[in-house]
Amino acid sequence: MNIELLANLSYIVAAVLFIFGLKMLGHPGTARRGNLLSSIGMFIAVVAGLTAEGIVSFEYIIGGVILGSIIGALAARLVAMTSMPEMVALFNGSGGTASLLVGWGTLYGGDIATFTAVTVLLAILIGGITFTGSLIAYAKLSETINSAALVFTGQRIVNSLILVALLASCVMFVNDPAPDSVWLYSVLALALVLGIMAVIPIGGADMPVVISLLNSYSGIAACAAGFAINNNILIVAGSLVGASGIILTNIMCKAMNRSLANVLFSGFGAVKQGKAIEGEVKPITVEDAYYILEAASNVCFVPGYGMAVAQAQHVVKELGEILERNGAEVSYAIHPVAGRMPGHMNVLLAEADVPYEQLVEMDDINPRIQNVDVAIVIGANDVVNPSARSDPDSPIYGMPIINVDQARTVFVLKRSMASGFSGVDNPLFFGENTRMLFGDAKESISKVVAEFG
Amino acid sequence: MEVVFLIFILVLSIFLGFELISKVPATLHTPLMSGANAISGITLAGAFVSAGAADSQMATLLGTAAVTFATINVVGGYLVTDRMLSMFKSRSATGR
Repeated sequence: MNIELLANLSYIVAAVLFIFGLKMLGHPGTARRGNLLSSIGMFIAVVAGLTAEGIVSFEYIIGGVILGSIIGALAARLVAMTSMPEMVALFNGSGGTASLLVGWGTLYGGDIATFTAVTVLLAILIGGITFTGSLIAYAKLSETINSAALVFTGQRIVNSLILVALLASCVMFVNDPAPDSVWLYSVLALALVLGIMAVIPIGGADMPVVISLLNSYSGIAACAAGFAINNNILIVAGSLVGASGIILTNIMCKAMNRSLANVLFSGFGAVKQGKAIEGEVKPITVEDAYYILEAASNVCFVPGYGMAVAQAQHVVKELGEILERNGAEVSYAIHPVAGRMPGHMNVLLAEADVPYEQLVEMDDINPRIQNVDVAIVIGANDVVNPSARSDPDSPIYGMPIINVDQARTVFVLKRSMASGFSGVDNPLFFGENTRMLFGDAKESISKVVAEFG
Repeated sequence: MEVVFLIFILVLSIFLGFELISKVPATLHTPLMSGANAISGITLAGAFVSAGAADSQMATLLGTAAVTFATINVVGGYLVTDRMLSMFKSRSATGR
């Protein structure tokens, strides 16, 4: 009894540390300490968890912890910063899987009350969706499978059938809960299928929403597992994560001016529409780009997923430094959904040693974009597409964008004239003040840097 | 009554979570997400019971797998978040 009390008191300490940790993660100066604090909280909670009644053998626990630590540490050390979205997707999936397994394992603990049966089903359902959903997100992010939205006829009917079957299986299981119930396996299988079906119709450009949502699910799954095993700390920590994921999801949706339902179900990007744009693009040579940049006193970089693909963040920062030494004011304007996960571009630029004061948000740069002499768009497309403002027929109409077309000059670094990720044409490329610098982004910028040398 | 208590905790934590996170600058979205993700590995604290109870072979198997996955989540999540955050430097720290 005393040990149980002690464990519960430790859970309170852990919860407080999680809360302070998350709070401190909100400011660049304290974020690292916040993460440390939260990890200390985790350590305390885990040690307290080990004292739980009924644990008689430790060899499997120790084996699992060692194996998991090795895999986790290696993954965290070895992953390239550009692959961070994939890594986060996989970690989400592994958290969901753990909650699924804990819920499932609970069924072997003796008599199963109806409430327990329901919470176990929730843990299995949400954990299962998180697991396969994250795997599909991973596959799309790493381009193992086609990252475009996959939509087929009858998709909604298939999904509805899965849902009905799922619901029926849940009811049957709760009626007669047993660890080897065939309905349990049915719920498990259908949850895994549902995770796949939920993510395949979502295109690569919408991945920031999907990742934040799966992040939220992994928290909610932990929460459900907490209910299944009557554990406070799982409920508290799980719901904190669930809430943070929902907030991020909401921020991402707002940044695209779309509802969550629209992102999840519309198969955006599978259909092309909007006005076709005609005009002439004006290419520019590296030499001419150099002359313009040399004379510029205010330069703003606008990075997108293309910068990650080209691994151009280091040369971009090098050019930024040269321009600063040349007397120009340099900033990096980052759209909330640029890249494949929330804050993707910020991480890459931080990796390249760009101080975070230079990273400005969309709402800060737009009011003063007219004062920008040169806006350099690197591998961004939809987030700088003016048809979001002007063309009501465009699929991205209404999405807030960085108004680079209102800068004095715009350089667009682009491999070729192929249309962007969402398959939407971009009138920016045909703008009066736009100059296209064709070629690999990293190579082009290196050449400009060489001109300065 | 126990259930009501648990739900009470749930509701309060959700509100707390919304209050805590609503004002995070965009710069920190990725570390916030991966840091929060590491916390969701809290399932580990619950996984021990299945893995160590020796009720049945199946429970041990499920529990051990849960311990492994949750540990990946916890260890990997915290380390990768720390690695990212160590790169975020202010202007004074980058020496310019």
